[in-house]
Amino acid sequence: MSVKDTSPTLEVRNLQTHFFTKAGDAKAVDGVSFSVGKGEIMGLVGESGSGKSVTGFSIIGLVDPPGNVVGGEVLYNGKNLVGLPDEQMRQLRGNRIAMIFQDPMMTLNPVLRVDTQMVETILAHDPSVSKQDALARSRDALGRVGIPAPDERLRSYPHQFSGGMRQRVAIAIALLNKPDLIIADEPTTALDVTIQGQILYEAQKLCRETGTSMIWITHDLAVVAGLADSICVMYGGRVVEQGLINDVLDHPVHPYTRGLLGSVPGANSRGTRLYQIPGMAPSLLNLPQGCAFQARCPRADEACLVEPQITEPIAGRGVRCCHPHLNAEEEIGA
Amino acid sequence: MSEKTNDTMLTVDNLSKNFVKKLDLAGKIAQKLGSNIREEVVHAVDGVSLAIPKGSVVGLVGESGCGKSTLGRMIAGILRPTGGDITYKGVSITKMSGDEAARAALQIQMIFQDPFASLNPRMRVIDIIGEAPLTHGFTTAAEKDSYVCDVMKRVGLDPEYRRRYPHQFSGGQRQRIGIARALAVNPEFLVCDEAIAALDVSIQAQVINLFMDLREDLDLTYLFISHDLSVVKHISDRIVIMYLGRIVEISPTDELYADPNHPYTQALLNEVPQLEHRGRDYKPVEGEIPSPLDPPSGCHFHPRCPHATDRCATERPELREIAPTRWSACHLNDEA
Repeated sequence: MSVKDTSPTLEVRNLQTHFFTKAGDAKAVDGVSFSVGKGEIMGLVGESGSGKSVTGFSIIGLVDPPGNVVGGEVLYNGKNLVGLPDEQMRQLRGNRIAMIFQDPMMTLNPVLRVDTQMVETILAHDPSVSKQDALARSRDALGRVGIPAPDERLRSYPHQFSGGMRQRVAIAIALLNKPDLIIADEPTTALDVTIQGQILYEAQKLCRETGTSMIWITHDLAVVAGLADSICVMYGGRVVEQGLINDVLDHPVHPYTRGLLGSVPGANSRGTRLYQIPGMAPSLLNLPQGCAFQARCPRADEACLVEPQITEPIAGRGVRCCHPHLNAEEEIGA
Repeated sequence: MSEKTNDTMLTVDNLSKNFVKKLDLAGKIAQKLGSNIREEVVHAVDGVSLAIPKGSVVGLVGESGCGKSTLGRMIAGILRPTGGDITYKGVSITKMSGDEAARAALQIQMIFQDPFASLNPRMRVIDIIGEAPLTHGFTTAAEKDSYVCDVMKRVGLDPEYRRRYPHQFSGGQRQRIGIARALAVNPEFLVCDEAIAALDVSIQAQVINLFMDLREDLDLTYLFISHDLSVVKHISDRIVIMYLGRIVEISPTDELYADPNHPYTQALLNEVPQLEHRGRDYKPVEGEIPSPLDPPSGCHFHPRCPHATDRCATERPELREIAPTRWSACHLNDEA
């Protein structure tokens, strides 16, 4: 389902990440498949506990016990990353594949100056670079994400930056080694609207100029609408709908996607009641048999007791549903 | 400055709140010795006036540090203003005392952002909701149980769960408990401070719908504080935009979105992600939000404003009526 290139930068096939807790096995990610082409921005959307962040962590190999990737493949330029030795994974991480976290302090060390951290990131992956060159590259990276006076700011500590600036530094660090893929996990959720706009601008510019692919993990459909080329909607650890952004948002087929879109206040929703999906997301420890969404779905019947597989009812669209809305005129919730 | 009509429920007049960081001993000594250390003063709310008509929903919007929560807390009676006046149903709250003040305070209830931090984890739901109405004589000890059940039903909670503790509920349900607690004393005015920001999208829709239902059923007036412009647009009749402690624009919702007057409002509306807005080219507002400790002179927005002139840097623009029911604080309106 790639957009701009036939050979995808990243292909995830049937990824399964489970957490083996005392309370039982939580299937946080259970059979997720998607691909991201060169320069493509894919929005990975879902609510709390849908498995979107764990999917990101699984790709970059940062799932901690009791979690474990128990099945599937993560193909980066055709090479499977699942089960790769730690040392080889470390060479890729922060170099070819980078991650931006919701909280930039996950990336930044509070007791080291920004220049120390940036130079370290470069030298860790290429010891042959001289310190001067590494510093120059760090300064360029800070400039590229719109930090004024990058020379001075290199010598600052993370606490001397505002929240939005810190997120820019984290992005600059992610960019340092010109990665092929960036996984961004809710990077603007904690930021103000005008600052979020600045970060989205930098992300978009980066992908357009350098051909870097990006997975933008978020709960905010409106952000994805403006930024992404394609979208994956997750629910209960599974992808329920995926396709090109305009196709999915204009004509959602899965009842959950339709419900989610209906519950977001839109340009013309004023004064009307929002559609509300009844109930709440099921616990991953206790998913219903069959379709995870059935208890909240207006269309559920006996057929939903069997786990639906991803099908392609419309060209270029993946849907995991027994009763997809194939008629565009149907009301939400019908 | 703002219109005052007969059906005005609450008026805020030139209200200010300063937070002062007092000097410690070392600072005082340094000051005596001629150092230029001073007490740090944050003008969290700086001369704000507005009127809220009965039965309306007023959205209060702004970014971090703009003073929207401080203003909400002063109206709800949690913080004391440094200057200015709040009038509720024609009577000044700030000058009231004793019983009168307590009665007025009861009419204005607040709903908080964090449904985890705003409920006492050691109290059962029946006591969280039932404590205030019992104290204030809305119910008796014997009738508390049925009273709480009624309030719980009203906000869509199953009364079966009234003996549970807050940690046994999901985020959306906890927010409903917070709403039930506020409704239990029959308020007329609700201050909702980012009341849905911590909730998932599908749960947000449930709570927004609940607010709208309650408004119909109980004839409530809302001050709805939020940073989320699409939510505010959905439920508000009128929107107040704040920037660094001051109101920059007040306008009916439709007119604000159709024709934003203040450059900050324009920038803000431009940045709001919208479902209908695909594959956009982002053109962000330049610059950071300045520190409220040291706000820019004149119009606080002038360093980030594309239209700023010399006058903007020196003279504070007054909030003035630019059209019927619309106010804006921008010097550009004088030249037009």
